[in-house]
Amino acid sequence: MIDLTLIWAGIIAFAVGAYVVMDGFDLGIGILFPAFRVGGERDMAMNSIAPVWDGNETWLVLGGGGLLAAFPLAYAIVLPALYAPLTAMLLGLVFRGVAFEFRWRDPGHRAFWDAAFCGGSALATFAQGITLGALLQGIEVSGRAYAGGWWDWLTPFSLLTGVSLMIGYALLGAGWLIWKTHGAIQTDARRFARPLLIALIVAIGLVSAYTPFLENKYYQRWIEWPGLVLTAPVPLLVAATGLLLWRSIDDPRDHRPFWLTLALFGLSMMGLAISIYPDVIPGRVSIWEAAAPERSQIFMLVGAAVLVPVILGYTIWAYWVFRGKVDEAGYH
Amino acid sequence: MLDAFDAVTLARIQFAFTVSFHFIFPSFSIGLASYLMVLEALFLKTGRSVYENLYRYWLKIFAIAFAMGVVSGIVMSYQFGTNWSVFSDRAGPIIGPLMAYEVLTAFFLEAGFLGVMLFGINKVGRGLHFAATCAVAVGTFISAFWILSVNSWMQTPVGYEIAANGQFVPGPSWLAIIFNPSFPYRLLHTVIAAYLTTSLVVGAVGAWHLLRDRNNRGARTMFSMAMWMAALVAPVQILVGDAHGLNTLEHQPAKVMAMEGHYQSHPDGAPLILFGIPNSAEKRVDYAVEVPKLSSLILKHDPNAPLAGLDTIPDDEEPPVGIVFWSFRIMVGLGFAIFGLGLFSLVARACRKMYDWPLLHRLAIVLGPSGFVTVIAGWVTTEVGRQPYTIYRLLRTSESASPLAAPAVAGSLIAFIIVYFAVFGVGVWYILKLMGKTPQRGESPQAVDHGPIRSAGITPAPAVEADRGEGERP
Repeated sequence: MIDLTLIWAGIIAFAVGAYVVMDGFDLGIGILFPAFRVGGERDMAMNSIAPVWDGNETWLVLGGGGLLAAFPLAYAIVLPALYAPLTAMLLGLVFRGVAFEFRWRDPGHRAFWDAAFCGGSALATFAQGITLGALLQGIEVSGRAYAGGWWDWLTPFSLLTGVSLMIGYALLGAGWLIWKTHGAIQTDARRFARPLLIALIVAIGLVSAYTPFLENKYYQRWIEWPGLVLTAPVPLLVAATGLLLWRSIDDPRDHRPFWLTLALFGLSMMGLAISIYPDVIPGRVSIWEAAAPERSQIFMLVGAAVLVPVILGYTIWAYWVFRGKVDEAGYH
Repeated sequence: MLDAFDAVTLARIQFAFTVSFHFIFPSFSIGLASYLMVLEALFLKTGRSVYENLYRYWLKIFAIAFAMGVVSGIVMSYQFGTNWSVFSDRAGPIIGPLMAYEVLTAFFLEAGFLGVMLFGINKVGRGLHFAATCAVAVGTFISAFWILSVNSWMQTPVGYEIAANGQFVPGPSWLAIIFNPSFPYRLLHTVIAAYLTTSLVVGAVGAWHLLRDRNNRGARTMFSMAMWMAALVAPVQILVGDAHGLNTLEHQPAKVMAMEGHYQSHPDGAPLILFGIPNSAEKRVDYAVEVPKLSSLILKHDPNAPLAGLDTIPDDEEPPVGIVFWSFRIMVGLGFAIFGLGLFSLVARACRKMYDWPLLHRLAIVLGPSGFVTVIAGWVTTEVGRQPYTIYRLLRTSESASPLAAPAVAGSLIAFIIVYFAVFGVGVWYILKLMGKTPQRGESPQAVDHGPIRSAGITPAPAVEADRGEGERP
């Protein structure tokens, strides 16, 4: 018998992964924005993502909406538990989203909308990182509801994951700009990539070292024999990818730093999955406990099986339309 | 006094505030996306540059409205969970899949092709670009389809079963859930409202520029198109609204009682209360101005038909009458004003004074924002009218909210109010600035003439006007 719940866990994980892969680099460009020179450099950075950011962000809606549809209990527990960081994320995304239009419409206040673009991107990213950390460290559940306090999400660990994600997205943004631009801004992006990479490896190391001590189950998975045999390749692969990425920064094949950074994200997400599987709220609620009834799962699966490939198809097409290097004057 | 602001009340205010703000933008962009599609189709068919210029003119406005709709919509998609988690847990197996379909069939379509629509004209060719415009327009409609299905199911729930854990779970037929009894009426009424809202805005902008230069070609064309829309669609909307009202009477009678201000039952024909002040404490409408038997005539098509009042339902199931009573009157009153504008434009057309009758143009300007007011008033009527329930007669609003402390909800409410007024206020200001510029030949893709070119590919039209006939075409 096919386990629909497992399939749905896979689809939600895919949606969240697609979100991180796609919105990650454009949020990263927002985080790096103040480092670029006012004028041509900033315009070029903005132009490189203007046609695709909206589609990228839609994966966040699918992640949230999919969670409500497939795992309503998890949705109902997690969102109130993370009320403050999620509200901050939404407000950050509001500022950032409108900045794409507003900064071109009002040259007199462009500095303000540049700041809104950067601040909104940074706030949204930081909040997403905190959300991840708060989930990993555990959420108080009683019955079918959140039972913890209003500030439970705020811990040194969640602040660490928040900062880590900002570094990671910034590196993705630098990789994207190395790929999509040329000239001074590309040189700047290469220059930013090195310290960001070092910071990211340190951050991954700190989060990985901290995680096993949050929950007994994580400890068993990562440290104790025989879990160690299965999990040891992950940090080794992280180290190898980091090394390749370091060397690719000066590589004339401009697309490499971006893809290698994505590989680092992929490995981190794999590590995350090793820690929490098969829970949707780590240590509290499994995917089967939170799952929607079968009729809901089947109804959505029919649609998702047809529509997700179609969506991926026209998304790839849209990226293909805007392939190649961008310049100050946008796409021609 | 402050005790009134418990967490549930604050969550309700927050939802009402964010959803009302949000809905302003889709109710505009649904219609505007279709208008852009029509303009581009007309340009491709006729080659007349006036259509291309208008396309570019409105595309800039669409981009801003759409961006504000997107970001405020993302907030809505998370608010179900943050503020209404018990509702999300209980109703998630039914409304979750419908909203997931909205994301899969509409949001991705709109977002994916919007980039091509805004920035891709020289990269994909005119035909594909038109396809992108169509995809965005169709996406806005599909989105309306699903979200209205969700809303209608909450108003007229059918096709559900109740599981052991208290969840509403789907019965054997999803079609019964999607096409629930009030859905067709609600969808039609809302989409037509969106088209009317857009045509009133387009008409007002056209009228504004006609008052300044009655020979401006773009202003003439947009004004004429918008007035056709108002003249033809406003009467249809009145008929659809009437049918929707009858449907509501059948499925949500208490809402109609509140709309009509019928505290008492009328066994031998109910009057239509035109105006008055509903007094829920005394269960009557003070200072009522009423027409005898008319309410029965409208609702039952028989002046002597008996009509039940709010005295037939328990007090704790009574919706807030005052709000519903007045929002309904605002909606209907403005609806007839819009209808009147449409008739006026037909008269002007018949007299060949479409472009030089300043009274008509001034009236169109005055009524320019009335679509938004009407739409919000209509939503207030339907949403407040179904209180005290989130899922009609099955789940109370007071039992739907997240287990949150009032200060948390109050804090986020204040943040949303400040941010929304600041950000969207500025956005509306930019839109008004764009609308204030006269539509030109060879309309530039740029709102500003200096600064970096965000050309995104839309290059200015050839200097030579392809349009031969500059003559009159009323």
